[in-house]
Amino acid sequence: MSDTHAQSVAFMRDTMLPEAPPPESEAGVVRWIRSNLFSGWFNTILTITSLYCLYLFLAAVGPWLVNGVWDAADIRECREKLQGATGGCFAVIAERWPQMIFGFKYPSEIYWRPAVAFILLLVAIAPVLFSKVFPARMLYFSALYPFLAYYLIWGGTILIPVIALLGFAVGYFVYARQVYRSFAVGLFGGIAAAVATWFIGGFITAALPEFLALREVASRDIGGFMLNLILGTVCVSLSLPLGILLALGRQSEMPVVKGICVVFIEFIRGVPLITLLFVANVVLAYFLPPGTNFDLIVRVIIMITMFASAYIAEVIRGGLAALPKGQYEAANALGLDYPQAMRLIILPQALKISIPGIVNVAVGLFKDTTLVSIISMFDLVGMVRGPILSSSDWNGVYWELFGFAGLLFFVVCYGISQYSQWLERQLRTDHR
Amino acid sequence: MADTTLAKDATAAQMKISEEVAISIEGMNKWFGTFHVLRDIDLTVYNGERIVVCGPSGSGKSTLIRCINALEEHQTGKITVDGTVLSSDLTNIDRIRSEVGMVFQHFNLFPHLTILENCTLAPIWVRKTPKREAEEMAMHFLEKVKIPEQADKYPGQLSGGQQQRVAIARSLCMRPRIMLFDEPTSALDPEMIKEVLDTMIELAEEGMTMLCVTHEMGFAQAVANRVIFMDQGQIVEQNEPKEFFTNPKSERTKLFLSQILGH
Repeated sequence: MSDTHAQSVAFMRDTMLPEAPPPESEAGVVRWIRSNLFSGWFNTILTITSLYCLYLFLAAVGPWLVNGVWDAADIRECREKLQGATGGCFAVIAERWPQMIFGFKYPSEIYWRPAVAFILLLVAIAPVLFSKVFPARMLYFSALYPFLAYYLIWGGTILIPVIALLGFAVGYFVYARQVYRSFAVGLFGGIAAAVATWFIGGFITAALPEFLALREVASRDIGGFMLNLILGTVCVSLSLPLGILLALGRQSEMPVVKGICVVFIEFIRGVPLITLLFVANVVLAYFLPPGTNFDLIVRVIIMITMFASAYIAEVIRGGLAALPKGQYEAANALGLDYPQAMRLIILPQALKISIPGIVNVAVGLFKDTTLVSIISMFDLVGMVRGPILSSSDWNGVYWELFGFAGLLFFVVCYGISQYSQWLERQLRTDHR
Repeated sequence: MADTTLAKDATAAQMKISEEVAISIEGMNKWFGTFHVLRDIDLTVYNGERIVVCGPSGSGKSTLIRCINALEEHQTGKITVDGTVLSSDLTNIDRIRSEVGMVFQHFNLFPHLTILENCTLAPIWVRKTPKREAEEMAMHFLEKVKIPEQADKYPGQLSGGQQQRVAIARSLCMRPRIMLFDEPTSALDPEMIKEVLDTMIELAEEGMTMLCVTHEMGFAQAVANRVIFMDQGQIVEQNEPKEFFTNPKSERTKLFLSQILGH
């Protein structure tokens, strides 16, 4: 007895075990179905119930989609064609889709201009979103794109976007020349130079309104999904950098900077977006000198951007707080100064942590652009609620119109969400 | 455990120490709130010295060396590093930090950058070294710490010992004149302590000025030319390692040594 015991204590392995594959029963379709759908009586009931619900849903929606009428002049003709059968009246989408996309006052002869702007938008954001796939040189086009898009969508003389661009270029040039003195001198010098350029440029554009001019479209004539896309892209791309600055400002050790950021963030977060939009629409006009024509779209963009940047700032603050203190210390100990440490070490990591939150805000912001329909701008929802549903031809076609609007938003938002998940996988550096 | 393997390197301790002062600390005091962490510290470190700072936890040893590169701010007293007086002037601090390398207990590598990028970042942005040159230098130091083959991996893919050696290489890439070590082996598995200590010993043999907070008494005996014992924010005793270990003067030191060497 004691012998065997001694043997079991003293043990030495003389051959190392090779790696072995898992048993066959752990793989395969049948195995998956059994373990995921029918692994017990409760799960079996759940599976059968869900299948039944799915069937009910498809039985209702299927005929509606399949019997749908795509070709009819108005809702009465739709009903005649259906003769009481279940079916959607999709003719409204076929007939009114240009209005839903571009708004009902945008001149139909020049639909190609926003269409080109949209295609170029894809070209412009590709190198920003997929920096590894597309050459970095394409970023120059991305930088030019906002000015080009303005020219295409709003029209007017080409001098307006050119001088706007020139102002940024001059401002940057002055900044780059003066920044060695101090950051503040460079920054304010740059801003002053840009403003001066725009001021002088204002006289030139006023003198030459016909120079290389495209047909001009007023802001109030822009509508439909195009308006949602304009507001969404512009506000997301402006609120991200602003949100970063606010988050850093809130962490700042300078009490004035910190105070301003805290008050701004807390104020904006405490006010509903609709209130801000009403302020943009109505109240702001009282404060501006009489006669100033401050474009409504610009006012709305400012309000939505402020709103989104406050939320993004809080998301990024969470990311900054999640970083171990050692990262700041290591950056400092290597002699990096504050901007370098932030740009190279802290922000790349903090932003990576914040991606889900930022995307959350971005998707929410994009959907919130439909709120402008309340201040009588005809975005996609505004178009559906207003001109289309109130016309006698299509009064009563709710499901098809709102379904289509929902589908357009879903495609964009789902795309954003999928992109963010892909990006998170790309940026994962721990165990691969 | 490491004592026997390190004993043969004891000759390293007889290296020349110059008369030039690398760090001088005069009457330095520091408080965390109302807690008096460092009390009236006076310390002069000469170029080429290898000093080990030891003491019980909470005795202020980490805080002391963190004050030297201004990761912690001291309230009174004067710290001079390499001829520059440490003040709240930011350009001054950045200059000192680029001359003083620091190795942390938890490595603090940048997880979003590869090993090579970790090493080239500071030379490129702080020293304005051209990228190719910085990469060559980084590879040189990665070879020195014996992990050039890991250059394209990310820190998360390396073992603790490897990460700490990268951290040492990253500091060396800035060509520092002084190296500070803040418990560099405390977070490591026993199997990995030796590889880090070997790297540090090699560094000491090349004449680097080193200030090292550690509990590795074998390392202290092998390479240090001075051991400082701290307790309650004060320097209680300092001596050559041989004298320090065989013939400690103060009761507090005797108790500390009996506790850490006793088993």
